[in-house]
Amino acid sequence: MADIALEHITKKYGDGFEAVKDLNLDISDGEFMILVGPSGCGKSTALRMVAGLEDITGGELKIGGEVMNDRAPKDRDIAMVFQNYALYPHMTVRENMGFALKLAGAPKQEINDKVTEAARILDLQQHLDRKPANLSGGQRQRVAMGRAIVRNPKAFLMDEPLSNLDAKLRVQMRTEIARIQQRFETTTIYVTHDQTEALTLGDRIAVMRAGVLQQVGAPGELYAHPDNLFVAGFIGSPSMNFLPGEIDGDTLKLPLGDVQMPGSVRQRLSSGPGGGRNGVIVGMRPEDFEDAQLVPDRGRGITFTTNIDVLESMGSEFYVYFNVGTEKVASRELEELANDAGAAELPTQEGSQVTARLEAASRVRQGQDAELWFNAEHIHLFDPENGKTLLGGDGHVDEAPSSPPQGLAGSDDT
Amino acid sequence: MKPTAQQKFGWSGAFAVIIVVSLVPVFWLIMLSLKTPASATDGAFIPHHWTLSNYHDIFSAGLFTSALRNSIGIALISTALAVVIASSAAYAIARLDFPGKRAILAVALGVTMFPQISLVGPLYNLWRQIGLFDTWPGLIIPYLTFALPLSIYTLSAFFREIPWELEQAAEVDGATPFQAFMKIIAPLATPGLVTTFIIVFLLCWNDFIFAISLTSSNAAQTVPAALAQFPGASQFTQPIGDIAAAAVVVTIPVMIIVILFQRRIVSGLTAGAVKG
Ligand SMILES: Nc1ncnc2c1ncn2[C@@H]1O[C@H](COP(=O)(O)OP(=O)(O)OP(=O)(O)O)[C@@H](O)[C@H]1O
Ligand SMILES: [Mg+2]
Repeated sequence: MADIALEHITKKYGDGFEAVKDLNLDISDGEFMILVGPSGCGKSTALRMVAGLEDITGGELKIGGEVMNDRAPKDRDIAMVFQNYALYPHMTVRENMGFALKLAGAPKQEINDKVTEAARILDLQQHLDRKPANLSGGQRQRVAMGRAIVRNPKAFLMDEPLSNLDAKLRVQMRTEIARIQQRFETTTIYVTHDQTEALTLGDRIAVMRAGVLQQVGAPGELYAHPDNLFVAGFIGSPSMNFLPGEIDGDTLKLPLGDVQMPGSVRQRLSSGPGGGRNGVIVGMRPEDFEDAQLVPDRGRGITFTTNIDVLESMGSEFYVYFNVGTEKVASRELEELANDAGAAELPTQEGSQVTARLEAASRVRQGQDAELWFNAEHIHLFDPENGKTLLGGDGHVDEAPSSPPQGLAGSDDT
Repeated sequence: MKPTAQQKFGWSGAFAVIIVVSLVPVFWLIMLSLKTPASATDGAFIPHHWTLSNYHDIFSAGLFTSALRNSIGIALISTALAVVIASSAAYAIARLDFPGKRAILAVALGVTMFPQISLVGPLYNLWRQIGLFDTWPGLIIPYLTFALPLSIYTLSAFFREIPWELEQAAEVDGATPFQAFMKIIAPLATPGLVTTFIIVFLLCWNDFIFAISLTSSNAAQTVPAALAQFPGASQFTQPIGDIAAAAVVVTIPVMIIVILFQRRIVSGLTAGAVKG
């Protein structure tokens, strides 16, 4: 077990493409760190550099305080779970799991004990003498995990280990991985492009985009205080709505109406970096909307009437979509985000459609006008020029997300 | 979709025709080898007088036995060399990214298509000058010129099929690159190695042009070359029976090799390694 430090790590591929740019990341001993970002942002490249499967172009990689840049993978004492499992097809499950120990010259008895123990943890006892070809996807995935845990390595590296499983199995294995990581307390770097996985699994999350680290923090922190438009749009499901806004003194002018900014927001705005701006991009999470009828005290928010385009019932909650009569927010950042994240996820692409999550008790109907309320305490403000947040830290992080559970755990992969 | 009875019937018919067409010459050859020299040209499929005298003839004359020994030795050595050397070359081509990789493959394939007959003349002169004429190396070297490129080409295709992650997984598991190759890649590439071995062996075994031009005695003459020089029983009889018997004998090692290795040429050996 060891800590992992990436210091100014850069990767330039042979064709001159810079896949990872000046990446700084400190992962402490036993921590579960998630690398998340859209496809092609350099997550796998970063992970493979830690594993030693990819040369490091610049910067320093330390595992347990030792510089590892020029060590071969076998001398780094790390275990890796590949996206496609990479099980040895000509070996049985037992041999697959014991391969590393055998290479290390461990005595037969010890190999046998450790493999048996790992198989017990992973519920693979009955399958020890089968070949990978005869296993189900979930079982193969567990063998891949088993291969990692028998060795008790300094770190686990996992590259989208669940992406080949169907949705149900993925949720199940996600819990399994969390359980195993907690049990072994092994430093783990886990790559995924699934933000739900990231939010539910990680101690901390590092969001990457186009080779550049955007923000590192605990899931709740990224959710409540995204540093920029990209992180704001990437974390949370459904993703954050963005609308153009204007600051006029203490008032925020929105297409939905004007709203008095609550004290907490005003204070964070003044401590933030870009104070004094007028035109801003306003970020509103779907879960911070509510049916106005269900809100007893509408004081610290904005109440507005709109026509509901589409209503989706999830049983426990409603998702409603409505249009706001305004041009869509123009921001280079946001366009890139839309491209990165897949346009479908971002309403801002096609005009200004807004997604809101309402309680199931709500009486709103599709196609009819409804009165909705938005909690202004949870408003996010971004600089339209560079996409950075305009809000400084509020000093009491814990208080900020009133309804993080929905955003964090509410949406499972479907 | 299950084949209908009619489709089954059609396919069986087609297979039967193919089998008959390919087996008739073989049986013809066998029957011919069992005829007496006098009746060899009588046109009958079944010999009137069954005899093993042709076989007795070829093995009692020294020419054929030495040719058989030369053939087996030269073909085996050429093939083994080609497969061993080519497997490392093909592995590099499949795994490493280096400039000129495509060019190497293209040249390799081009070389195998080079008309061998145009090489024979110069080689004959050169071999006589440097003393390689009528020696084993004198045949093994030219054989390598087509065996190597062909092996590289087929093997690199096989290596490319093996997921690279397997090797990387092995390295992360603590294997040196050599261990990863020996314990993971080589076992998985066995079907490819065997297939290549058989193809190359057959090519060397059947070569006639080099063998007839670059050898002259039983020191290095291989069976195809020796067959052409079989003497008849008298000046006026063709050694047809002897040639047929020799042809049957040389087919046997090939058949043994193919049957032995056929079971190893199973596809899908990498099944279950990766998903997706
Ligand atoms: N060998 C290579 N040569 C050149 N460019 C490469 C190479 N491997 C990857 N890249 C590029 O580097 C970038 C990052 O690739 P990487 O595999 O790290 O992405 P990723 O974040 O893991 O994406 P995904 O979620 O799709 O797996 C991509 O744009 C890719 O095209
Ligand atoms: Mg990847």
